[in-house]
Amino acid sequence: MTDQIVAFTYLSIVASVAGLATILVRSPVHSALSLVVVVFHVAGMFVLLGNGFLAAVQVIVYAGAIVVLFLFTMMLLDLRRHETERTVHRRQIWLAIPIAVLLFAEVAWIAISKPEISENLKGAFPPQTIDELGGSAQALATVMFTDYLLPFEVASVLLLAAAIGAMVLARNPDEESLASPPDMIEDAAGTDGSSDQPEGELSETPATHG
Amino acid sequence: MSIPLNAYLLVGAILFSLGTLGVLMRRSVLIVFISIELMLQGVNLTFAAYGAFLEDMAGSMFVVISLTVAAAEAAVGLAILVALGRRVTEFYVDRLDTLRW
Amino acid sequence: MTDFPWLIPLFPLVAFAINGAFGPRYLKKATGVIGSAGILGAFAATVALWIGGVHSDTPDFTLYRWVSSGSFSIDIGFVLDPLTVVMLLVVTGVSFLVHVYSIGYMAHDESFARFFTWLPLFVFAMIMLVLSNNFLSLYVFWELVGVCSYLLIGFWHQRKSAADAAVKAFLVNRIGDFGFAIGIILIFWNFGSLNYGDVFASVSDKSPDLMLLIALLLFIGAVGKSAQFPLHIWLPDAMEGPTPVSALIHAATMVTAGVYMVARMRPIFEVSNEALLVVGGIGAFTALFAASIGLAQTDIKRVLAYSTVSQLGLMFLALGAGAYTVAIFHLATHAFFKALLFLGSGSVIHAMQNQQEMSEYGGLWRRMKWTYFTFLLGGLALSGVFPLAGFWSKDELLASAFFKGVASDGSWAFTVFWIMGLLASLLTAVYTFRMIILTFHGKPRNAELHSHSHESPISMVAPLVVLAAGAVALGGAVGFPPEHGFIHDYLYKVPGVFHFAGAGEITAVISLAIISTAVAAFGIVAAYAVYSRRQPSPEAVAALSPRVYGLLYRKYYVDEIVNYGIVGVTKGIGLILWAIDAKIVDGIVNLIGWTVRATSSLTRRVQTGQVQNYLFLIAAGAVVSVGAFVIFR
Repeated sequence: MTDQIVAFTYLSIVASVAGLATILVRSPVHSALSLVVVVFHVAGMFVLLGNGFLAAVQVIVYAGAIVVLFLFTMMLLDLRRHETERTVHRRQIWLAIPIAVLLFAEVAWIAISKPEISENLKGAFPPQTIDELGGSAQALATVMFTDYLLPFEVASVLLLAAAIGAMVLARNPDEESLASPPDMIEDAAGTDGSSDQPEGELSETPATHG
Repeated sequence: MSIPLNAYLLVGAILFSLGTLGVLMRRSVLIVFISIELMLQGVNLTFAAYGAFLEDMAGSMFVVISLTVAAAEAAVGLAILVALGRRVTEFYVDRLDTLRW
Repeated sequence: MTDFPWLIPLFPLVAFAINGAFGPRYLKKATGVIGSAGILGAFAATVALWIGGVHSDTPDFTLYRWVSSGSFSIDIGFVLDPLTVVMLLVVTGVSFLVHVYSIGYMAHDESFARFFTWLPLFVFAMIMLVLSNNFLSLYVFWELVGVCSYLLIGFWHQRKSAADAAVKAFLVNRIGDFGFAIGIILIFWNFGSLNYGDVFASVSDKSPDLMLLIALLLFIGAVGKSAQFPLHIWLPDAMEGPTPVSALIHAATMVTAGVYMVARMRPIFEVSNEALLVVGGIGAFTALFAASIGLAQTDIKRVLAYSTVSQLGLMFLALGAGAYTVAIFHLATHAFFKALLFLGSGSVIHAMQNQQEMSEYGGLWRRMKWTYFTFLLGGLALSGVFPLAGFWSKDELLASAFFKGVASDGSWAFTVFWIMGLLASLLTAVYTFRMIILTFHGKPRNAELHSHSHESPISMVAPLVVLAAGAVALGGAVGFPPEHGFIHDYLYKVPGVFHFAGAGEITAVISLAIISTAVAAFGIVAAYAVYSRRQPSPEAVAALSPRVYGLLYRKYYVDEIVNYGIVGVTKGIGLILWAIDAKIVDGIVNLIGWTVRATSSLTRRVQTGQVQNYLFLIAAGAVVSVGAFVIFR
């Protein structure tokens, strides 16, 4: 049991320090890298909680996708030249720190004073059941595709919408013609008269300028 | 489970509060974004911890959903930033107040 | 064999959907065929339902549960009994002929597809109204019928008069529907259910006064929809719509809804004699009143419109006398000959290049023989000449009022109603033949129009012939022998429908038949005597008694009374209210507005445009609420 305590102590201290670094460092790149450290250590805690699958997803999605997305954006925007400016909201910091401390005090109070979990509240997935099912991935799958099928589907729709939305937002409207496939450029530039045709005939494009 | 639930919740509280502080005090839009992800880490940890101690998979399910939302939020938010990058040259939250009037 | 009735409304609905979605763009003239096919499908399904056999104890057909809330539930369901079947046969049959006729009549109209979009929807609404087995869907489709009539009366909306007529029809119907809605609300309040079966089963448990109130409120709805006095004013104006629409409104859909509704609600009406008395009284008065107006109108379609009002009055007279079978019988025969007359008049109007004034007609019978003969048959049927359809039904109708009057239960008023009905049928014969003589006989009064007139195309004439066959034979075929004809025996299967008092007294029945035939014959002879000598002209007749003629021509000034009385008073009240509104209400509103502006000029300083300020406030809010949770839990 002591090894668990050691592991937890290590994970919690490093996660907290990395979290502090995330919000204090000057450069956004360093901040993102600190977030990666936090993500890895929280994933470690998921392992301690016996949920290996979640740890893997956490690492893959956060470290592999989201933080990479951040780094890509930073590269695209070239933020280096502003790094000399003030990084902190000078006026608001004197309000922000007390509020954050207060918030922490309250949440921590709840976290510490919460009574132990009684037996009758417990769900259907004690560790033995999870082991019998073959692991946390199988256990999660059994609920995800039964009880939570609708939220799961909605989440997938959300992802699709976000993907399309991101593409629409990030597209450069000035370079629209470059983004089009070559034959459409020809269509737009070549036959001016085609715009006069009624809507119904637009679908038969290949025949008109073949 | 020798580690008590309270310990996990406390770590979650620390991460969440640090994230809040970052959102409130940093000027860089990107770091505000990253701080939001930090807050989500605290929330995820809380969900997972409760899920494990309640012996219910709902906690894990919520983490998965929250990951999905985080990914969607990051994608759209950063796309907005890229679009914004065509109009302004600096990304400080306190200077982006064009929509006030 | 009763598991397919959902096909009946489905066909017109599909026709409506197809024509509405693709009509204006792709289908164009094909919409006419699709619409007619949809109605034909409905008619075929109705015939199948009829042959398949429907009995009084046929259970309601439930399509799906629409509303379910606690113990209260509403199903979309159909009530299938002989009454429904008869109504459906009339509605779909006549509507089909009207659709076919419209293909020819509307051939040159730009909005052909739009016409054939609304027409099937109209029929669909009427079918659903007839099929409904609860008050809620009855009300919904009752209103849908109103909406469709609005759309179709105002079909030529570029003409101001048509648009006005549509609005008038809608508004006047609203008055009736308001009463109807209150009646339904009262029913729900007192019975806790809106299903016919549940309500009718417990009618006898409720106080008669309550039932009288409900019956009268429902009757207000019928008065509006079926154009009875004093809500009849919309119907003549509805002539602004295309003639097939007029035929549809007058014969098959819309106005018959009120008669059907009262017949369907008979358990509610039968609870109190007063309700029946009101129904019969309004009916008899309207019959006489409208028939007398019909004498003086010069617009061919208006004559027919008042004729419809009058005939509907007679149906209500029968309903009041408790003779539901007879009312529905007359409804069916009337649907045939009135549709025939309307379509015939449409044929004439078509030939005369949309001229509707009879003063421009005359001598048309040589030009359009088919139209003339079918129209003549329709006119004879309307007048109630033996042995055409109108004779059988109208004769029974008057007999039912007479027997109700002489019955010993104190309904002597029905004797008066009977005399009024008799007078109305006299006037009916007069105005019908006045119309026929002015239109088809004598010398052409407008030589130019006359020279261009021509017989209508086959798609218009064919429905006329079919309808004429119906107008000639239908009455005898289903109504002979009187009180024991096919339609009677069929409708008697509906529980609670019985032979009216005195039905068995054959000698009395025959003498009454002779009286009504004599009255009709006298009317025809009188019309011939007045209008056929010399050159018949409305002006010459008007000169005989200008005052009476003016009164009739202006329709007893009902429109004017409504305009200056009700509308004027309403306007006056409106002006006073407007003054109050402008000074006091607006003052208060302005004061509030000023206060808000003053406050907001202070509070808008909070809005800095700084996202982090807002985020800070969110965080502060979170701290406060979590703090409250920590402290007070």
